[in-house]
Amino acid sequence: MQRIGVFICWCGSNIAATVDVKRLAEAIASEPNVVYSADYQYMCSENGQQLIKKAIKEHNLTGVVIGSCSPRMHEATFRKAAAAAGLNPYMVEVANIREQCSWIHKDIEEATEKALILVRTAIAKVRLNAPLKEGESPVTKRALVIGGGIAGIQAALDIADAGFNVDIVEKNATIGGRMAQLDKTFPTLDCSACILTPKMVDCAQHENIDIISYSEVEDVKGFVGNFSVKIRKKARFVDETKCTGCKVCMEKCPSKKGLNAFNMNLNNRPAIYIPFAQAIPNVAVIDPEQCLKLKTGKCGICQKFCGVGAINYEMKDEFIEREYGAIVVATGFKPIELTNFGEYGYAENKDVITSLELERLMNAAGPTNGVLLRPSDNEHPKVITFIQCVGSRDVSGCGKPYCSKICCMYTAKHAMLIREKYPDTEVHVFYIDVRTPGKNYDEFYRRAAEQYGVDYIKGMVGKVYNENGKLMVQGSDLLNNEQIVIPSDLVVLATAIEPEPSVRKIATLLTASIDTNNFLNESHPKLRPVESPTAGVYLAGVCQGPKDIPETVSQASACAAKVIGLLVKDSLKTNACIASPNENMCNGCSQCANVCAYGAITYVDKEFRLGGGKTEVRRVASVNPAVCQGCGACTVTCPSGAMDLAGFSSKQIMSEVEAICKR
Amino acid sequence: MDFKEELALLNRISGTDAKKCMKCGKCSGRCPAYHEMDVKPHQFVSYLVSGKLEKLLSSKAIYSCLSCMACVERCPRGVAPANVIEAVRQSVIRKQEGNAIKAEDIPPIITEEIPQQLLVSAYRKYNK
Repeated sequence: MQRIGVFICWCGSNIAATVDVKRLAEAIASEPNVVYSADYQYMCSENGQQLIKKAIKEHNLTGVVIGSCSPRMHEATFRKAAAAAGLNPYMVEVANIREQCSWIHKDIEEATEKALILVRTAIAKVRLNAPLKEGESPVTKRALVIGGGIAGIQAALDIADAGFNVDIVEKNATIGGRMAQLDKTFPTLDCSACILTPKMVDCAQHENIDIISYSEVEDVKGFVGNFSVKIRKKARFVDETKCTGCKVCMEKCPSKKGLNAFNMNLNNRPAIYIPFAQAIPNVAVIDPEQCLKLKTGKCGICQKFCGVGAINYEMKDEFIEREYGAIVVATGFKPIELTNFGEYGYAENKDVITSLELERLMNAAGPTNGVLLRPSDNEHPKVITFIQCVGSRDVSGCGKPYCSKICCMYTAKHAMLIREKYPDTEVHVFYIDVRTPGKNYDEFYRRAAEQYGVDYIKGMVGKVYNENGKLMVQGSDLLNNEQIVIPSDLVVLATAIEPEPSVRKIATLLTASIDTNNFLNESHPKLRPVESPTAGVYLAGVCQGPKDIPETVSQASACAAKVIGLLVKDSLKTNACIASPNENMCNGCSQCANVCAYGAITYVDKEFRLGGGKTEVRRVASVNPAVCQGCGACTVTCPSGAMDLAGFSSKQIMSEVEAICKR
Repeated sequence: MDFKEELALLNRISGTDAKKCMKCGKCSGRCPAYHEMDVKPHQFVSYLVSGKLEKLLSSKAIYSCLSCMACVERCPRGVAPANVIEAVRQSVIRKQEGNAIKAEDIPPIITEEIPQQLLVSAYRKYNK
């Protein structure tokens, strides 16, 4: 026989104003198995917890029901209190009489009646509760960072500095990511490469960091503390251990018409190339789509000229398998495609460019060596018009519904830099709203308008058309209530950003949840912003939501702190409420394995005694207790009722339903 | 019909949610008839949101809107300014009791591609 104690919390007036807590506590006292019943102002307070502990000891309670707020708030608190008094923490049940009762009702009679039913329901469950124990699983003390942009670099450096090994898997030939493509950074206008490349070098030289470039994550198995990851090392056709980065191959390569993705396709590169001067690793890579030797078998010039014999046309993709305790996703972003935005004439006019293209046109290492020349005729543009919110805040289906967050600031930066370098240039900016929250950000934008004379026009552009070589930008000037046309030499589109599309595959591999815009979901938008709901997976940078460099770096460091917190542990407590099959009833249909979102269920062939000395081998489900999250999907799917969930058994649930139905 | 009812009717006829407007002005930035209009496309949406019924009903622009639907096509928020203009136009015409077109007058040349609203609004205008 269970000896149950019931504790009704007032939650100040949150519950007590709508539920007659005294009457509730008295009514509950006469329920079968209930040997103690009390009410108190704040059960979660130190005194409230003492009350529970004392009652457990004095009345030899075997089960506890707390009528209070949602178990999401204080279940852990009450379980700890029970454990401190010597009771198994899983013998505690919480009846939610706040969120699901007092907050949503007005009538005291009705609310008290409902609270009574809810508490009775919890009592019905706790009668069938059994003590549970968490399992343990070991922690592999190595972290994986997916993506080698500034987010991945910062996370890796911080984790490595704490003494743990980190692998950075980067799909491009070099780490550095988008930040490496930028010219200057706001709001200080310092050179992006100057602050990024030292960090890239730190990564390369750190004894705890292994950069696995030109590689992609192929498969992920396992769970928090015990991930097993398969990495595809794409064929580079250049031996990383031999190449010295001398670039002779690049000079000699006869196939020079490849589009230079690092320069946003604004100029060409040879088939064998190093993406940029400060690339890490500083090792060439061959584009197999462009290389004459790989396509036709005729050429081989780079191999002939390579002084160290690093070129290997026979190279094949390789696979590496490694174990990790934690995974940081830092896959970054790309600007959206502009195919849905014909009105801006991006496809027809060479001088309509995206902001990222402008970064390359202004960068000293870019296609114009930092001299701002327009792409069509290499002339200095005299009138430049910026259009903000191209594809952002668009719910028509053409663009993205969210604000890309960085465009207001980088447009102000571009406008300012142009006016600074070329004071004879006229700069116009069409904006819907200028959004510049952040330290020294609004001051920065105002400086562009006030000090640098950038013409900010409140309104959106309706169309851009070419008239006798001039780009006519027609748009609204809402404050003057006019429709204006600005003949321009260069039009820059502040293009919306979206998560790097490869993140979808990675999210699937990690069973990490992802939203409709392909941003990875955080565990809690405010209180757990760097953790994915999937244990052991952490999020840094734009893969989680639009953000600028300072925010990305902060998030990456926060990720690192979380990873370090995980990796210092030798073992992890696993969930006690896990599923397990009744093997005598399991018919081996695999439906539970199909619905398991965590990959916790496998099937094994097992021998069963039939009696009379006979045995048979049957295929039955087997649950990995370290992976099971206790969601219960398998228990409701199982057609034979073989699967059950500890702490939430079918019997317990049914007894709760009965308690609710009984009047 | 009182003020509230008339406003609700305008909203209903337009079939668009004017409150979705984020006041970017792209409709007026694109409009080819902009200079002919006393009330501009973005103002039609704005007046509807703020309930400036008088300004809407007294506008001459309802007869200069070409119903080209460029504003509808380009609106990033899925608002249809041309539909608002058409709604105002219908309200005005209904009040005049001069619903100028009869169904049988519509010639059988209509292709699938022409928006219904364009036809109807064009007939309203040029039948006067």
